[in-house]
Amino acid sequence: MDHPIVHTQAEHNASVNDFCMTICTVNGSGSATANTILYRALFNMGIPTSGKNIFPSNIKGLPTWFVIRVSERGYIGRVPYDDIIVAMNADTFQKDLTYLPEGGVVFYADHLQKPADARTDLVYYPMPIRQFVRQAEVPRNLREYMENMAYVGIVGQVLGIPMENIEYALGKHFGSRQNALESNQNIIRMGFEWAANNLTKQDRYSVRKLSPLSDYILTDGNNAGALGALYGGVQFCSWYPITPATSMVEAMIAHNPKLRKDPITGKNTSIILQVEDELAAAGAAIGAGWAGLRTMTATSGPGLSLMTENIGLAYFTETPMVIWDVQRVGPSTGLPTRTAQGDLAMVYRLGHGDINHIILIPGSVNECFEFGWKAFDIADHYQTPVFVMSDLDLGMNQWITEKFAYPEKPIDRGRILWEEDLARFEGSWGRYKDIEGDAIPWRTVMGNQNPAAPYFTRGTGHDECGNYSEDPQNWSEMIQRIKRKLQNSCEYLPGPILREKAGARIGVIAMGSTDPAIIEGQDQLEEAGLAVDYLRIRALPVCSVVREFLENHDRVYVLELNRDGQLYGILIQELHDYSPKLISISEVDGLPMTAIWVKQQILAKEQQNG
Amino acid sequence: MDNAQTAKTERNFVGLSSIDYRGKPSTLCPGCGHNTVSNQIQQAVFELGLMPEMVAKFSGIGCSSKSLNYFLQRSFGFNGLHGRMPTLVTGACFADRRIKAIGISGDGDSASIGLGHFKHIIRRNVPMVYIIENNGVYGLTKGQFSATSDLGLELKHQGKNFLPPLDLCMEALISGAKFVARTFSGDIKQMKELLKAAIMHNGIAVIDVISPCVTFNNRDEALQSYTWGRENEAPIQDITYVPRAQAIHIKDFQEGETREVRLHDSSSIILKKIDRDYDPTDKHAALDLLTGSYKNHYFATGLIYIENAPTNIYDEFDFVEEPLNRLTPDRLRPDAAALERINLMYH
Repeated sequence: MDHPIVHTQAEHNASVNDFCMTICTVNGSGSATANTILYRALFNMGIPTSGKNIFPSNIKGLPTWFVIRVSERGYIGRVPYDDIIVAMNADTFQKDLTYLPEGGVVFYADHLQKPADARTDLVYYPMPIRQFVRQAEVPRNLREYMENMAYVGIVGQVLGIPMENIEYALGKHFGSRQNALESNQNIIRMGFEWAANNLTKQDRYSVRKLSPLSDYILTDGNNAGALGALYGGVQFCSWYPITPATSMVEAMIAHNPKLRKDPITGKNTSIILQVEDELAAAGAAIGAGWAGLRTMTATSGPGLSLMTENIGLAYFTETPMVIWDVQRVGPSTGLPTRTAQGDLAMVYRLGHGDINHIILIPGSVNECFEFGWKAFDIADHYQTPVFVMSDLDLGMNQWITEKFAYPEKPIDRGRILWEEDLARFEGSWGRYKDIEGDAIPWRTVMGNQNPAAPYFTRGTGHDECGNYSEDPQNWSEMIQRIKRKLQNSCEYLPGPILREKAGARIGVIAMGSTDPAIIEGQDQLEEAGLAVDYLRIRALPVCSVVREFLENHDRVYVLELNRDGQLYGILIQELHDYSPKLISISEVDGLPMTAIWVKQQILAKEQQNG
Repeated sequence: MDNAQTAKTERNFVGLSSIDYRGKPSTLCPGCGHNTVSNQIQQAVFELGLMPEMVAKFSGIGCSSKSLNYFLQRSFGFNGLHGRMPTLVTGACFADRRIKAIGISGDGDSASIGLGHFKHIIRRNVPMVYIIENNGVYGLTKGQFSATSDLGLELKHQGKNFLPPLDLCMEALISGAKFVARTFSGDIKQMKELLKAAIMHNGIAVIDVISPCVTFNNRDEALQSYTWGRENEAPIQDITYVPRAQAIHIKDFQEGETREVRLHDSSSIILKKIDRDYDPTDKHAALDLLTGSYKNHYFATGLIYIENAPTNIYDEFDFVEEPLNRLTPDRLRPDAAALERINLMYH
């Protein structure tokens, strides 16, 4: 996405608590801790903050950017420019300067060669960080890392971040590791004091304390999803490493021992098992779900491609399981460390033959937690795979989000029959019989000792009792019942969120992690004189609210982060009566959506359509 | 009372008759080696006195996988995807660790499309009986070469096989399996005793059953045919499985001619020497045997390798005692106080 931004001086006079700062470093240099300290200190000041890591698919030596946005108004989406850069990477120094507006700020390590023709309309602050590291007698192996910490002090001083907030962030990060805390604190203080004595504030950006963000936390979506799963009672997670889903399972591994010991015996109640590939990850999750465990796997696009046959098996055998798709950019290996919403069309109909799936689409870190536990209830209730579609931006970046709320509903294990339950059916139970008339059958699970409980599960055509069948009527009835079951689920799934503007006749539909960009774009459109209502879809299949939204608006733009407008495609197919009202706006370049793009795209389309 | 009726009325020590261990009628070709395996599995489980509900059956895709339905109708069964049987077991087994898992696969499943899963479930040492019904041919797709087809095998629509076969016992051994056996659908006594020992083994037990395909690969000279098997089978021992409760009368076996291998549950396998002293606890000897038997065109069957398996994958996790799938929801969801601490951690 190309965003030609024209910044006027007036727009940028005295920016308090409203700027975007990018730290430009080399990956593997250990800058993550320094960046964490910075944004956590800002958060601790009560300023809404988000942190995005724009990183390469590489372990060490390539450029990486960490973008911190602070916004008193609470906008946490990406902006396509920087106000401030912290230049630590010689290779990208020159180019990084081009993203700054007039009057932008450059903190740069003074051992970097400042480009001869560097822009003269910027404010430059050299940072003698190597000198600090020498003075502090940092061991050789920690020097590069400590150089990063040094900029925290200098940047903090110039922007006006109080030392107490930096120290709070340090304490949070290092916990009881006193030695590490002290040596990091030492370097930061050196920078902080040096800046106070040697730099003169020449730029317009600063921060000020706001009332504390007591009801908010700062974390990433993968961590939230992992915690959600553990609160959802996950018992089995088989997985295979893949960016950007890996950190979700690693978070489960980290939290599991503390959270999931049996309250009675102190023993383990859940397993996380790394297996040989994604086929095995899906297969093992199906085996566990079939046998009555709450089961999941987490993956990304290429992994899902491998899991596809298994997903069809789970769908047709009506086996509950949860699959997290933390989306990256495809096709093929694509951009493994960048973000997109490009798997939706594939996932909605993942598998061959007549198939469709329940999809939950969290739009915030908090929803990653919520859908993390809810997905298991839905999977067990409807006896089907449930996908949770996050993406790299939501999953791996740091977001301010509301505190996690304890699940308001008890665990729903769905219809499972144990030994004594079978008596109720007096021999009339069959695994796929629609006894309750709502298309959801009862199931038994392995280990049930009632001789009537065992049945034969197969991916081949089967009758109500699981017996092999090629009977045409049986096939048709079976596949129609499963369809009914999924259609009935839509009102039980997380409903859409409506954000209205007075008098709007134009609508916007979006999903997932683009939420902050759409909200900000909606506000910008309002300022530009165009009221639009915004409906965020949080689950598929779509429910009646979406139909009503289309009914009540003249035109509805569907905005998404993929090439072809995949959500749009699903909507025109499922709500085809309204297809003339639907207009697709979609684009993908690997980066998160921005409000400015939302505004420009809608204004441009409105000129054509309005 | 004729013999068949005696069999029907005989009860094992859980009070069931062999009828309780039967499956649906087989739809495989008459004479298919796989039917023998089905029969011997149900007989072995019956004789061991296991409740059928305490066994679970798993399979992939192919003729062998279809056979899952033809034994142990009172056991849970899951006929999944081609080659992916081990993945299902890997998940399901944790739900109730008392259940004995029996996996049936073919040479297509285990030597081709699922070779990776075959080796990795062995690495994981998931306690199960892993059976390959190996006929050296794709039956359900009507006669293509498999990865265990012999070099030079000629099939009607395929011509001559120019690729050498994989030996799944060899693959199992080098993947670290602690119980590796080969048997033959023409040798039911040996098969049944091996099955009993495999079911009671405390880890993964791999049995490669040479199980002829009477329709597509039963020409006399074919490696996996009845004729070739009968003419070239060289059992390496005479095997008897002795349950834990039963005292062993070693005098029944000639001294110096037998080995006793103890299983984890204190039951025993008595191995009687046939023509040479084979030590099934020596992995090098096992590899030599397999290499030599292919090279010298004889067909070694029996317990090829066994190693005491004091632990399996379950021992890597400190699980609650009861089956995980019976844990009530209150034992699966952490409390609100823990969530408060988490919120504080990220504040």
